[in-house]
Amino acid sequence: MSYLTDNQNNDYLLMGNEAIARGALEGGVNVASGYPGTPSSEIIEALSSVAKERNLYVEWSINEKVALEVAASASFAGLRTMCVMKQNGVNVASDFLLHLASSGTRGGMVLVACDDPGALSSVNEGESRPFARLVEIPLLEPGDFQEAKDITKWAFELSEEIRNIVMIRSVTRMSHASGNVRYERLPDTNAKADFRFDGPLSDPETGPVISMVVGISELQHVPQQEKIKKAAEIFEDCPFNTYEGPEKPELLIITSSACTLYSREAISLLNVKDRVGILKLATTWPLPPRLIKKYLSVTDRILVVEEVLPILEENIKILAAEMAHEIGPKTFYGKNAGNIPSVGELNPDIVVSALSTILDVRVESVSESFVKEAAALIETGIPVRGLTMCPGCPHRASLWSIHNALEMDGRKGFVCGDIGCYVAGLWPGGFNTVKTLHSMGSGSGIAGGFGKLRQFGMDQPVLSICGDSTFFHAAMPALANAIHHKSPFTMIILDNRGAAMTGFQPHPGTPVNAMGEAVPSLDIAEICRAMGATVEIRNPFDIEETQQTLHHLIEHQEGTKVLILSQACALSPERKDNPKYRMKVDEEICIGGNCGCNRLCTRIFGCPGLLWDEEKGVSKINDIMCTGCGVCADICPAGAIKREEVAEYVG
Amino acid sequence: MSDNLLKDPYNIIITGVGGQGNVMASRLLGNMLVGRGYYVTIGETFGASQRGGSVMSHMRISKKSIWSPQIPEYKADLIIAIEPVEGIRVLARYGNPAVKLLCNSHPVYPSSVIRGETGYPSPEKIESSVRDLAPDTTFMNATEKAVSLGNSILAGIVLLGTACGAGVLPLDREDFHETIVNRLENQQVELNMKAFDMGFRLLKN
Repeated sequence: MSYLTDNQNNDYLLMGNEAIARGALEGGVNVASGYPGTPSSEIIEALSSVAKERNLYVEWSINEKVALEVAASASFAGLRTMCVMKQNGVNVASDFLLHLASSGTRGGMVLVACDDPGALSSVNEGESRPFARLVEIPLLEPGDFQEAKDITKWAFELSEEIRNIVMIRSVTRMSHASGNVRYERLPDTNAKADFRFDGPLSDPETGPVISMVVGISELQHVPQQEKIKKAAEIFEDCPFNTYEGPEKPELLIITSSACTLYSREAISLLNVKDRVGILKLATTWPLPPRLIKKYLSVTDRILVVEEVLPILEENIKILAAEMAHEIGPKTFYGKNAGNIPSVGELNPDIVVSALSTILDVRVESVSESFVKEAAALIETGIPVRGLTMCPGCPHRASLWSIHNALEMDGRKGFVCGDIGCYVAGLWPGGFNTVKTLHSMGSGSGIAGGFGKLRQFGMDQPVLSICGDSTFFHAAMPALANAIHHKSPFTMIILDNRGAAMTGFQPHPGTPVNAMGEAVPSLDIAEICRAMGATVEIRNPFDIEETQQTLHHLIEHQEGTKVLILSQACALSPERKDNPKYRMKVDEEICIGGNCGCNRLCTRIFGCPGLLWDEEKGVSKINDIMCTGCGVCADICPAGAIKREEVAEYVG
Repeated sequence: MSDNLLKDPYNIIITGVGGQGNVMASRLLGNMLVGRGYYVTIGETFGASQRGGSVMSHMRISKKSIWSPQIPEYKADLIIAIEPVEGIRVLARYGNPAVKLLCNSHPVYPSSVIRGETGYPSPEKIESSVRDLAPDTTFMNATEKAVSLGNSILAGIVLLGTACGAGVLPLDREDFHETIVNRLENQQVELNMKAFDMGFRLLKN
């Protein structure tokens, strides 16, 4: 039995994502779907690990829109269902989400969106919260780990009460942080699915399930808005909205999510708990007006503490303006007033700084000399640790070949990048090869567009890169579009056999699904050929053959071509602790700084499996880091790096 | 072993480089403490952007409640550094003159050092600058000990052992054993126990 399915009221240390998964189990979830993305992936992983035991259907879908559609079908058939994605995924799912919010749901349906303030593991810190307002559905934000579980469980009930999808928003410091969670009992697992459609169109329980009918908005939009009003009414008495502090505080903090914990800490550090109260909101859209009025009435000064955009702040201000004749004028502190930044994640120190200014108090800390000495040490004494690819990463070998082929071609060719570990192609570690980077699949869409600019005199060779999971997620339409429009570019698929960046989740090209069952795997090469592309497949660790193929593809630029560079991720189960070669530097042959290469292996190629021995002035292998891919042997112009086959290697 | 917390909340930061087993170490330590009836809050950064990058796990131990998953600046009580430069980075932002620092002396070179753009401080420089800021510092080559057991990833467990043996945590050897029996595969238990014991003896009175 997994610790996730203990049926006693025990205490566990759970990651926020595990707490959400446990809440779904306690809420009787039957179906769960999602697309991997940091910081959301552990929710579906946790549920898939107990799928058999709890009679669940769990799926890693091809992308977030399809995931939401899969989850919705279960709701239409009366089951409880959950769909999970990172914030960027909500953009992908949003087309269907708008329609779904309009048709409404039957069995309880919960959308979990995990935002990444500060973009710790994302291309941007885009917000999912505005979608709740845009599509008119309730938004819940847990303020700690226990609430992450409890609110998820409650969200299914709320969804069934208002007959619409409910959105839960988490953030990295909730999803990837851990804390104590006390369990409640798990329900029975004998749900039966039945899709009813014989009733009239107007009957939400028995009629067909459809989005807006053209021209008769009252049929759906009026009832949809009734649902959101009902949610606001329920939120007035929601036990997850809490107040702590004096009856008449000098300053009221209104906050939600992880910011609740930062605010509490700041109040404790400054020792101002007799002066400041915290209204912690779990129901951040729609806001319950009577509750807000009650707490806006306790003081005239309000600080709103939230991450990224001032969404809560603005919604509170609208209510305050409407109530002004009853509650009087208020002074607001927050993002607009400049107390809280509008970019990046918050922490206790930022809230301390805001409170210090507003209340004119100071925190006790270390001596000034300690602060100065520490700052000087960081500035002068230690190197920064830039992001790079892992030792033995196939992307390093692929980008090396791509970079060299483009340089030798000399026509200022470039690569349109995509979302995956290969974003490192932007930086020196990836040889500064990538020149555009946006959303999933965009590299190939943009490359297809560049290909058509020959009409305007552009003759630069155009390449795109994307991973195998990204290919299925969003790059297939871009490829089809380019082929149809005869756009001359080469799409390079970096196939490392799974969604490696987020932890090797399966995708339609892998032979197992989320629940570990054998499933048909779709052959990427065959799909591309069926679309009409010419397809080549190479092993990126074979540098010479890969570069020759690239020269050929770049030189002959007619039509849309696909090059699949196929090699498993260095962290994958098949390559981890399974080196193909034992690498060694022949110190007699390596002439280091005197070689014309000027230490090409470490200075340019830069695999963390290599080191530069300052004393001897030669290259050497870092045996702890090296994964034995053998590529550096082909990089060294002097042939000083040697590979020796490992007898125990499992190929 | 200390029967009570030396402070409430007691703040621990485990730091290192992505792939060094930071998350595993914080998880094991957290589970040991929850088993002892404490509230534990852990905040950490991991994901693709942390591969080969700096990683930190912030841990708050309390008898009363959970706390913020980010420790305020200069408020760490114990820093466990699996990589020396990362130890310095954390010490400078979260340390204070009373902090206890347990530091692996085995470096993992950043890509800028491998490329030759910047240097990596010498062991002597690291030791002197760290001791200036944090007199209560213990250096050890935990990676060397881990490699002697067959896997460098065990360095974090060696350091965890040292922390538990140092008498600053309300934990004993048996707490670690109980936790890994519940959390790890059977064949890993003995190896992890050996790594833990190597560290445990180091500062044990």
